Amino acid sequence: MSCEPWQCAEIASTKKATPIQKPEVAVAMIKRAQRPLLIVGSNATMRYMEGKPLIDYMIDFANASKVPVVATAHMVGEFIKRGYHPASFMGAMDIGQRLVDPTWQGIDGKGHPDLVLFVGLPYYMESLMLSGMKHFAPDLKTMTLDNLFHVHATFSFPNASLEEWAANLKVMTQKLKDGGN
Amino acid sequence: MTTKNVRVKIDEMKTNSGLIKNLELSVGKLVQDNYNEPMGPTPMPSMTTLRDWDMKLLNKYKPFYMPDCDLCCLCTFGKCDFTAGKRGACGLDIATQSSRIVMLACAIGSACHSAHSRHLVHSLIEKYGRNFRLDVGGMNTKVEAPVTRLVTGIKPETLGDLDDVLTYVEEQITQVLAVGHTGQEGCNLDFESKAMHVGMIDHVGMEVGDIAQISALGYPKSDPEAPLVKLGIASVDRTKPVIMCIGHNVMPSVGIIDYAKEHKVDEQIEVVGLCCTSHDMTRYYTRARIVGPISWELRFVRAGLADVVVLDEQCIRTDIYEEAAKVNAPVIAASEKNCMGFKNRTNDPADEIVSDLVSGKVQGVLILDPEKVGEVAVRVAQKVAPIRKRKNVLPSIEELQQIAKTCRQCNQCQRNCPQDYNIPAALKAAAQGDMSLLTDLYETCIGCGRCEEACPQKIMVHSLIVKAGEKAMYAENNLCRSGRGQVSDVEIRNVGSPIVLGEIPGIVAIVGCSNYPKGGKDVYDIAREFASRRYIVALSGCSAMSAGSYRNSEGKTIYEEFPGGFEAGGVLNVGSCVANSHIAGAAIKVANIFAKRPLRGNYEEIADYIHNRLGAVGLAWGAYSQKAAAIGAGFWRLGVPVIVGPHGVKYRRMLMGREDKPENWEVLDARTGNTVNVGPAPEHLFTVAETKEECMVAIAKLCIRPNDTWKGRSIKLSHYVDLSKRYLGVMPNDLHLFVRTMADVPMTMKDEFETILKANNWKETIIPDPTMLPRMVRKMKE
Repeated sequence: MSCEPWQCAEIASTKKATPIQKPEVAVAMIKRAQRPLLIVGSNATMRYMEGKPLIDYMIDFANASKVPVVATAHMVGEFIKRGYHPASFMGAMDIGQRLVDPTWQGIDGKGHPDLVLFVGLPYYMESLMLSGMKHFAPDLKTMTLDNLFHVHATFSFPNASLEEWAANLKVMTQKLKDGGN
Repeated sequence: MTTKNVRVKIDEMKTNSGLIKNLELSVGKLVQDNYNEPMGPTPMPSMTTLRDWDMKLLNKYKPFYMPDCDLCCLCTFGKCDFTAGKRGACGLDIATQSSRIVMLACAIGSACHSAHSRHLVHSLIEKYGRNFRLDVGGMNTKVEAPVTRLVTGIKPETLGDLDDVLTYVEEQITQVLAVGHTGQEGCNLDFESKAMHVGMIDHVGMEVGDIAQISALGYPKSDPEAPLVKLGIASVDRTKPVIMCIGHNVMPSVGIIDYAKEHKVDEQIEVVGLCCTSHDMTRYYTRARIVGPISWELRFVRAGLADVVVLDEQCIRTDIYEEAAKVNAPVIAASEKNCMGFKNRTNDPADEIVSDLVSGKVQGVLILDPEKVGEVAVRVAQKVAPIRKRKNVLPSIEELQQIAKTCRQCNQCQRNCPQDYNIPAALKAAAQGDMSLLTDLYETCIGCGRCEEACPQKIMVHSLIVKAGEKAMYAENNLCRSGRGQVSDVEIRNVGSPIVLGEIPGIVAIVGCSNYPKGGKDVYDIAREFASRRYIVALSGCSAMSAGSYRNSEGKTIYEEFPGGFEAGGVLNVGSCVANSHIAGAAIKVANIFAKRPLRGNYEEIADYIHNRLGAVGLAWGAYSQKAAAIGAGFWRLGVPVIVGPHGVKYRRMLMGREDKPENWEVLDARTGNTVNVGPAPEHLFTVAETKEECMVAIAKLCIRPNDTWKGRSIKLSHYVDLSKRYLGVMPNDLHLFVRTMADVPMTMKDEFETILKANNWKETIIPDPTMLPRMVRKMKE
């Protein structure tokens, strides 16, 4: 699995993502986070694995992990249609802008997130948002759950096939359901 | 305004007080000013004159940076790495560097438009003289240059006056460009202010260019019923020689059309255009054809449809001459800005140039005289067409399938596709004889060709896409309304009140380029949605073409379905890139003509009025260029919010408010001097919408203004809620921030609103006479 940016020109200089080689590592970091947040973008209904859209995987993941979800673009309605109510919805830029503000107290008003998981935004958008976090929210850890390597994240899965992606998400969901064990 | 240069020279003069010898007195200009409006406080502002205004906006709408590059390589100290809070050798950090790049992009864009306008003004003065009178709308348009009057204090009356305006514009662009040098500005907000300054200047430059060409070339003048012109590849008669003009500067096209008409061959040839030059061609000559936006260049040339390619300036593919060579189509470069390495043949006899191009002795020439371009292009097209016989480089379907079989599924095409399209899957299907996925790509591909550059097998992916989409391509036969130019004073008088009071829910300006995330249909859908809701929809450039490229269930294009006036439910095409200034101009005219605010050199007051009262939103769904950045910056300074499509994130900086921070939303009530919280109206000055659905809702929301009457606010909220339910599937979660009194609540939604208001501890507030300028307060609070 390659650890080069999926879109080849989205390169970084000296600070690059640490590849996540096993889903168990991601699970451990999510469990360790005090205030994780999951941002789900518009590709959640466009990208399919094993005949199922990404959004279905993310609902399972969110239910298992209890990580609150912020739906961007028009994904909120897609979640609700499927019986899942995200904690919040707003534009990708709006949540990005809040994340780089150290005084922002999170969507529940109880404290700034310490780990933000990104998935399903258009690659170039997610890449630039992660760049914004890297530069302007240095204390914030970011992780992508896509199968596309994001060099500006703190942690990213390498480029992987749809089959590998589905397997990773299922392992993570199961482990989180089991309490991370 | 008229100006004269005065020079007095006295060799020898005896006077009572003595002898004067060799006295030479020179006065740069004597200005005879017919503009009877008193001069406002900020004529011809320098970079810092409006800085306080910019800082008010930037305090409300803070920059959110998403650096597109961690490095700076602009000077030899570099490369400097800005990651982890590091500063470069010059002292800049990543925020200042990002804002510096934004400013430079806006300066490039502004220079581009203004240089275009300079060329137009020079050419037209040469042809018609400095005293040629401007006329952009006859008796219906007395405020002929609202942006120019507002910014410079000059009321231009002749082509010569525009020359003077451009001198100011060019000075300002130079000053801003200088700020981009290493070791100048050190504060990101000051870079942002200068970006806004050069954006404002851009609108002046654009206005100058467009009113010059409208006046001198006989374009439609503020005409809501400007002619419908043909649009699309199928509208081109392929049995005739085809001259294809690409770019933005109409002068070479005018040369072609004039020559063809003069020699009575205009019915025997097709003159077609790509990108904005095509708008201006059809404003000049309604038989010209608009092929489509910038992204159609490769498909048109590779399909062999162009017999001669004429390049003027801006947004042309710089490798188009290589593409043209593959189909034996000669190229004429007609602008100093892109000589393409061709020999300058401007002073050679036309016969020789024609002979060289027809024989293939040379593939292209540089000709800087538009009239000569006209003669050469027409004669070459007539001679080359029967020789070329529509030579193209598209494979047959059988060849396509064979080529697709050579694909190794390495994914490099997808990884280099700006849209991340799944090209490997399309090629895999094509290899098995299923062309459907490639055909789908035809509809959404932006034609950049990066897939081919990345392919290790050298598969001409774009050609395969065009071949698969050939049937659709030859069915593209639509209509665009020819660019109408300015919004007339009469139209402003008719709609000023309902716009400002909120009863016309908003003005949506859909402008800019074609770097769309999923094809041009989104632009059509957005324009139609808002026109149907009786917003005013103003289009320009490639967006105006895309909007005209689809039809409703009755087979009508959007320009046939909706009226072309600046009115509720109107869909107007103002024209090419430089005509974007008329959209800003319309906003300025509302403040001036309807609200009677002084215009001349009175920027802050007019911008304050527009920002707080005029529900206008700009949308550049496919913005890609530096010019688009400059246009946007001009709108920001006027306080008009701009939304860009997802690729717009690459402009790397948003200007965003925070609706969860009430302190951001305070204005002064001009009646009392009291501070009033008006809520996030408008919430952002520059932001990205990820999808069409999000964009629909964002437009409705960003049309909300503090000054809306309760009736207007109620109408705006009903659209906001309705669009949110329809496209997002939920009620908005911030309605309580937009309700000032219960009268604001749409009648049919009272129950839903009451629940929301109760849950958010809503409290009634007043509707102020809003301003951000203390000097506008009529009675200060004691």
